Amino acid sequence: MAKVLMKGNEAMALAAIKAGLDAFYGYPITPQNELPEYLSKQMPLHGRAFVQAESEVAAINMVYGAAGAGARVMTSSSSPGIALKQEGLTYIAGAELPAVIINVMRGGPGLGGIQPSQADYKQITRGGGNGDYYLYSLAPESLQEAVDLIKESFDIADYFRNPVMIAVDGLIGQMMEPVDFEREVPKWDLKPKTWAADGNRKNRKKNIINSLYLDPNDLENHNLKLKAKYDEMRDKHQRYEMINMENAEIVIVAFGSTSRISRTAIELLKEEGINCGIIRPITIYPFPQNAFNEIPESVKNILVVEMNLGQMVDDVKLHVQGRLPVHFYGRVGGIVPEAEEISDQVKKIVGGTYE
Amino acid sequence: MSNVKTVYKKSEGLSDFHLSYCPGCTHGVIHKLVAESLVELDLLDRTIGISSVGCSALNYDFFSCDMQQAAHGRAPAVATGIKRVKKDAIIFTYQGDGDLASIGIAEAIHAAARGENITIVFVNNAIYGMTGGQMAPTTLPGQITTTSQNGRDPETQGLPLKISELMATIPGATYVERVSVHDPKHVFKAKKALKKAFEIQRDKKGFSLIEFISTCPVNWGMTPKGAVDWAVDNLIPYYPLGVYKDKTEGIE
Repeated sequence: MAKVLMKGNEAMALAAIKAGLDAFYGYPITPQNELPEYLSKQMPLHGRAFVQAESEVAAINMVYGAAGAGARVMTSSSSPGIALKQEGLTYIAGAELPAVIINVMRGGPGLGGIQPSQADYKQITRGGGNGDYYLYSLAPESLQEAVDLIKESFDIADYFRNPVMIAVDGLIGQMMEPVDFEREVPKWDLKPKTWAADGNRKNRKKNIINSLYLDPNDLENHNLKLKAKYDEMRDKHQRYEMINMENAEIVIVAFGSTSRISRTAIELLKEEGINCGIIRPITIYPFPQNAFNEIPESVKNILVVEMNLGQMVDDVKLHVQGRLPVHFYGRVGGIVPEAEEISDQVKKIVGGTYE
Repeated sequence: MSNVKTVYKKSEGLSDFHLSYCPGCTHGVIHKLVAESLVELDLLDRTIGISSVGCSALNYDFFSCDMQQAAHGRAPAVATGIKRVKKDAIIFTYQGDGDLASIGIAEAIHAAARGENITIVFVNNAIYGMTGGQMAPTTLPGQITTTSQNGRDPETQGLPLKISELMATIPGATYVERVSVHDPKHVFKAKKALKKAFEIQRDKKGFSLIEFISTCPVNWGMTPKGAVDWAVDNLIPYYPLGVYKDKTEGIE
């Protein structure tokens, strides 16, 4: 099919419809508003559910309900709204339900700003709410990749019975790019949702959706069962891209929009004879730690570039384990680093022509 | 033995779990009425109940229909999420006064405002039971609780919320009634109200809320009989029983 020129937020919404979205529950917040706006028109036309909830808290609890009844369900929000949704996310994870959450990140803390940011890295990758749990979290760098990952994310959520977060920044939400919606994405091996409390008890025992375990032994067993899922994510489902690694003397680690800008930066560096690679995490949870075992001998330095003041850099240091110096460059406040800024940082580190 | 016949038995809508409620608490009676109503209307197999947080948090084990446990106050949002994708299912929430009238007041009001076709079973015993007897939005003026140890002072702690009266003002609500289960006559009346609420939902006529005046002998520091008498003498005068709204009968 021909590519369609669409705005990021609308493209992500359409991708969810293509994935069989049954219900969307949301609450307005900039810079993701075009997503629910688009769905408010499209979902009823497709005979599917759309509710603008009274709050982010209500929206995520609606998601919890529909997920418990076996539906494919999604919500979207932006950083402060995601903070409010943490209550529901921990219940969804605790009750082992599938759901997709799109986070179009903006700056913080507090009300922060409405411009692009990656300052939710820790909010996203550490679970976010109370208890031991994680969200399988995907960080696309383009609209095409966002659309492909969203189409697949519902399968991933169903497979793990765990929430999946799509982590993009406001740049991806707001920009326009041509997108092919019919590209094939991996199909996961999914079992029927026999666990759903869907009000169809006629020929089975009753189903219960729950995250309460008052007996400490039961809760420990439940926690260990959840951990087995996170271990499987880490062992089998890390995703990352290694770019221009051959003979690289330095490697940039960046996800989402910053990795996209870093692609331009390494072209600028090539013109000056500096060979710079990129490790691009596609999953930010599980963190793609395997990539750091594949770094060639030629690499002498690592530079982490983020639109925050240093969050993913902690994970990079954890997995580099002191084998290489890890440097950091970040812009915040909604300011997107330019390719020249990044290439200048690289030059500083490698001690090249930069003064 | 041929002349032995069953005249009364536990409802099929209840499981074999032992209820976790304290002696003298009226949650058990209310559970029975919910279960019997669903069975008598032949709705049990397509019902999904929403447990909330509080004494009734564990009732996902007590009812024999599908159940989903909700975060504190969020049951009407959870019910909304389900109902929009399962339009033919019967959805009820079972919420106490701390859950519905305090932390979950927004979810309750907006579910009514949207005219969600669900039924809220609201149990008002004027106290937080599960957490050990703290003040609720429905605690009466002067009532002693663990967080109003000098008695609720309206000057600093405000006056109790009247939920049925409040919900009846919401245009989207179809049926709101306050009932009590302090004696057999009122138990029968309460069951009639519950059945009507489920019939309204079955017939897709919209949002219903039945408020039950209930007791908490342990946290009120009373005997079961004393608690029932206190409810009759103190709660019912402040929270009068009756139909506050019934669009199906033109009562608004």
